[in-house]
Amino acid sequence: MAEVIFDTVAVEQALDQLAAGIHGDEIFLAGIQQGGADVADSLQERLQARGAAVERGNLDISFYRDDLDTIGPNPEVRPSHLPFDISGKTIWLVDDVLFTGRTIRAAMGELFDYGRPAAIRLVILLDRGGHELPIAADLTGLTHAASAGCSVKLVAGDAGWHIEQRRVKV
Amino acid sequence: MMKLQHLFGIADLDKEQIEYLLNLGESLIDVSRRPIRKAPTLRGKTIINLFFENSTRTRTSFEIAGKRLSADVINISASTSATKKGESLLDTGQTLAAMRPHVLVVRHSISGTCQFLSEYLEGTSIVNAGDGSHEHPTQILTDLLTLRQAGGYENKVITIVGDIAHSRVGRSHLLAATLMGYRVRLVAPKTLLPAEVERYGCEISHDFDAAIPGSDVLYMLRVQTERLTDNCSFPSIREYHEAYGLNRKRLAAAGKGCLVMHPGPMNRGVEIASDVADSASARILEQVEHGVAIRMAVLTALCGDTGGEG
Repeated sequence: MAEVIFDTVAVEQALDQLAAGIHGDEIFLAGIQQGGADVADSLQERLQARGAAVERGNLDISFYRDDLDTIGPNPEVRPSHLPFDISGKTIWLVDDVLFTGRTIRAAMGELFDYGRPAAIRLVILLDRGGHELPIAADLTGLTHAASAGCSVKLVAGDAGWHIEQRRVKV
Repeated sequence: MMKLQHLFGIADLDKEQIEYLLNLGESLIDVSRRPIRKAPTLRGKTIINLFFENSTRTRTSFEIAGKRLSADVINISASTSATKKGESLLDTGQTLAAMRPHVLVVRHSISGTCQFLSEYLEGTSIVNAGDGSHEHPTQILTDLLTLRQAGGYENKVITIVGDIAHSRVGRSHLLAATLMGYRVRLVAPKTLLPAEVERYGCEISHDFDAAIPGSDVLYMLRVQTERLTDNCSFPSIREYHEAYGLNRKRLAAAGKGCLVMHPGPMNRGVEIASDVADSASARILEQVEHGVAIRMAVLTALCGDTGGEG
């Protein structure tokens, strides 16, 4: 059964807070498919509303995963697309939920195939704990210590986004 | 969805598997457009290209596809292999399989070579890179990806013109058309049509000009010029070009939205006029680019979820 751990108000506040933490007038945003791209969309809106110029791209890390042997390629894979030169830029890498850190490791690997950024800053809507790699976010919207057997998801509802927790294994 | 063990032909795939490969392929196009053209997807996988027939472009395409995904790729061509010293196909296959590659990409002049090898080579995935006049599945997947990028293949009419009899591409397209919901029109002189072609239930014409209206794609096949003179399939190259070659006039008759495709290599001035090949309607170089992406997709699908064995 799904349990709502953060409602729409909490998610919107967290997004406002993340956008406020992304400084500069020219911002390079890269969202990780699928949830991270959605979060990046709403950050982009907020940043543009404050007058910043935003360059936007998305990454799908399916081909950079370390578990092809166990799960096979993702049938829902989407093209990665970074329509700007990342070399020498500060890239704000955006994802919805930070868990083990493996996705972020893969995304950084993919990002470096596009060029050599000056810096990568990690922006996470929700840190659910359970990190397995030495990776931490530079900006974190929400934190929640979920147990290992739970899945935590950003869900689009009629009234906006909320975050759900669901027990998947006992 | 059934896990892909081998890729012998379109005949062994269902719609869901084809869409899955197209989806993977579409996402892999971008890998070849980055400054650093290498993803770690197939790190630690070994791929052997075993080509008994010469085909520089298909072999190169598979080789680049494997290398861009970090696999180790080894090329073996018949002219340098032990076949020249009298080794049988099966012995060559078994010897290579004993070196434990994950994937063996095979091109051979005999139809059914891949199925035959797969019966003996346990633990190695086999990809058909063209077997006789049987099938050439990665070319068809490539064409479908090119059509998808150009707006879709569903309900489109693809008019395939030329040497259908000797073409595995023509046959594979007939199979894919039924599955994926597009239509194939075949245009060729009687001498270049295979026997019993009617059983595929497609439109067949001997008159190119009559077949042009309503075509969304004019798909030109290479004429193997040596064949024209060998068995009198057609009197001369000039006459062939006049009756079945795609020239400016025919392209204009097809209309602005009609695309021109060709699996390569092209004979300019035979099946396709030079200015048509270079025109804005041509998607021939896109086909080449998408070919690499599709082969990456096929290799990834075959290597994924192997459970660590092999």
